[in-house]
Amino acid sequence: MNAPISRREFLQASGALVVSVLVPFEESIAAGLSAARQNLVPGELDSWIAVLPSGRVQAFFGKMDMGQSLEPAIAQIVADELDVPFERVDVLMGDTGTSCNQGGASGSTGISQGARPLRNAAAEARRLLVQEASKRLGVAESELAVADGVVSGGGKSVSYAQLIGGKRFNQQVEWNKQTGNAMNIKVQAKPKAPGAYKVVGKSFARRDVAWKVYGTGDYVTDLRLPGMLHARVIRPPRAACKVAGVDEASVKGIPGVRVFRERDFVAVLAPREWDAVRAAQALKVDWQGPDNAFPEMAKLHDHIRSAKAVKREEPVKVGDVAAAFKQPGLRIVEAEYEWPFQSHACMGPACAVAEVKGDSCTVWSGSQKPHFVRDGVAALLGMPQEKVRTIWVTGPGSYGRNDAGDAALEAAYLAKAVGKPVRVQGMRADATGWDPKGPASLHRARAALDASGRVVAYEFVAKGFSRQHIATNESKPADSLIGQALGLEAKPTWIFGEPVESYVFDNKLLAWETIAPLVDNCSPLRTSHLRDPVGPELHFASESFMDELAAAAGEDPVAFRLKYLSNPRHAAVVKAVAEKANWKPRATPSRDGKGRGLSFAERNGTAVAAVAEVEVDRATGRVWARRFFIAHDCGLIINPTGLRQTIEGNVVQGTSRTLFEEVRFDRDSVKSVDWASYPILEMPDAPESIEIVLIDRPEVAPSGAGEPSIRVIPSALANAVYDATGVRMRKAPLSPERVKAALGAT
Amino acid sequence: MATFRMTVDGKRVSVNAEPEMPLLYALRDDLGLNNPHFGCGLAQCGACTVHLNGEPVRSCVLPVSAASGKRVTTIKGLGTPKKPHPLQAAYVEEQVPQCGYCINGWIMTAAAVLKKNPKASDAELRDALAGLKCRCGTHVSILRAIKRAQQSMA
Repeated sequence: MNAPISRREFLQASGALVVSVLVPFEESIAAGLSAARQNLVPGELDSWIAVLPSGRVQAFFGKMDMGQSLEPAIAQIVADELDVPFERVDVLMGDTGTSCNQGGASGSTGISQGARPLRNAAAEARRLLVQEASKRLGVAESELAVADGVVSGGGKSVSYAQLIGGKRFNQQVEWNKQTGNAMNIKVQAKPKAPGAYKVVGKSFARRDVAWKVYGTGDYVTDLRLPGMLHARVIRPPRAACKVAGVDEASVKGIPGVRVFRERDFVAVLAPREWDAVRAAQALKVDWQGPDNAFPEMAKLHDHIRSAKAVKREEPVKVGDVAAAFKQPGLRIVEAEYEWPFQSHACMGPACAVAEVKGDSCTVWSGSQKPHFVRDGVAALLGMPQEKVRTIWVTGPGSYGRNDAGDAALEAAYLAKAVGKPVRVQGMRADATGWDPKGPASLHRARAALDASGRVVAYEFVAKGFSRQHIATNESKPADSLIGQALGLEAKPTWIFGEPVESYVFDNKLLAWETIAPLVDNCSPLRTSHLRDPVGPELHFASESFMDELAAAAGEDPVAFRLKYLSNPRHAAVVKAVAEKANWKPRATPSRDGKGRGLSFAERNGTAVAAVAEVEVDRATGRVWARRFFIAHDCGLIINPTGLRQTIEGNVVQGTSRTLFEEVRFDRDSVKSVDWASYPILEMPDAPESIEIVLIDRPEVAPSGAGEPSIRVIPSALANAVYDATGVRMRKAPLSPERVKAALGAT
Repeated sequence: MATFRMTVDGKRVSVNAEPEMPLLYALRDDLGLNNPHFGCGLAQCGACTVHLNGEPVRSCVLPVSAASGKRVTTIKGLGTPKKPHPLQAAYVEEQVPQCGYCINGWIMTAAAVLKKNPKASDAELRDALAGLKCRCGTHVSILRAIKRAQQSMA
């Protein structure tokens, strides 16, 4: 929204490098030609990059920066390939009218996968521009150099703006026919070698900071269209409810209120927001639903333990684990770890604005997957995809499949139904109560040590609700609350995951099992992707267990891990964090109320190790994660400051999830409906310091940093609590009550 | 409905609303001020914080009638890019916000804290800022920014 010149305006100037008759750029704007180009074709260079008459460069990005410095990183990469200053590159993100479907924000792939086509496109653009400059200047390409967007050689020069400003390249590129994260293009140009980077590797500031600090820009919640109605969707009081009746008279006194009901989807709309809020509170709906859809919360993990596995996979299988465990003379170590349902608990409830005009629809959404929102809206409204445009606008936080996609589909459906622009926003209870949850799970680990303390057999089995009960995007209405209220049924994907490490044990099994959801549809305990999907819980278990094994073997946790890690980059982060933390080897816990814990993991090529330093108050059970040390290797580093801030956010959010967060529920409904019933970390519990070692590997392609560092935090904390107290916490969150109870039991 | 007059960011304004309507809706919907934000509507997160006669209040629960005749300051009234409040300058310098939806509350609250206690210690700041939420986990850089602002104000 904040880009100085939109792609729409650019595309109105339909000139081309090789075509001499041009529509001057400014004129085309004045003419008011409209409509974004739909069906952008990834196989055209113009779908990725443009040079404006001013010389500014636009990069069209099908992912978005959710606040983790992706935008400057993409600009840096494009600037380097094109030889233009960073400041001259604008990254237009997350608008289906201006960018191809690169999958939105997903899996920490913003740079590792998302930047690839932009890098290639920028390199190809430079190649074509130098070629054209050579013709114009009559100087051989080999004699030309580019600096600051000006091609010079033989005493002559010409700028990119002069060469192509406002015109199209009209150059085909080779699209790999992939949609989503894997989308890429092949070009004739050869991108630069990392050694030639001048802009990549330096810390450039984010450009969304100032407007957020001065309150001068718009969030998705801030958009207002003329004639717009404010809507509040009425969520059922409990799971799997049907509507038996709606008493419209209950909101009669509120000015301009309209009640909308179709099957089990109920909403109120009003010209004034406060009236919509009041109407939502006042509206009487007769909801009918099953009793006791959920187990008792205290028995959640018993349920998981006894539930039938609908799918089991064994992604890592080395040797013969079953036979190895049966060998005589072995010492068996076993443990079980429990993780609760967790909420995205974004800062604000989801919001979306939609407008239906004639046969087309525009949706403004905070969803991190706007292209999939477009597809879902098209399916829900029965429109062709090219008639729907979704424009991503910064929302109140996004760490996965949160409630944003639901709001987008609801706003579009209501806008079509009432024939006016509609803004949907939830109340707090709708956000924490009804967002898709991170799945609850149980993790069983077992190992056999021989007389020398060596691990000869190792087995780790995770069992939990699927991380994709509903899909990770909104492209199918059946995965949304409105779709389900209208009678569609979700088709879960059965998937969990396994720890990612390189420990070499002669006999090793890593397996996972998923169980069916508690309620199939319209459930406030539906599960989907929450930051580093199942990573924090898996490694809470696996890295706590490594600590338990080290203790059982009478070895120092750092030395013990280094003994088994086979990947040198993995070993390097463990060594780096130990050095940074000035780690003192120890084989037994200090038990003096202060402790340190180590954890290590990989995520899609990124290796990260953490040392947490905690203070445990035995009287209250409070754990203060006072200091953290992190070593992080994600290959080539694009923007060190952005990377550090991203890691800090992961560390604090991970601390919050470990120490405080648990979705509460009774037999019928979710009871975590606000910040009091779903507490997260607050300032008194914030760490005092987070010291980070960044290992830069320019020779290794970047592998992602948005999520890896959160997965080591829970285990680093639990291991530190063990060091401080001698007590092993195997159930998250490590809330004061739970820690106090565990300490009291010793 | 009744008419309530107040001063918002130095301008005299009037709002027609039910007396019990929270000030937040008046600021956002009637006056078009997009900061503060709706976070919870329960005074539990701080995203809606404004100053009422210089004191931080949660506008999501404060009835508009309670602001009648008073001075309301939003983050736009606190400072501008040309004339920033030291906290705003420090937040930009430290690149604090990630999603940034909460930042209004942190800056408005910290501004009030520093006004009373410019040399607030780390422990005092931690206590004074309890009750605010940040889901992106920018707490450590928030503290860095406040300390930077304290230095620039000293």
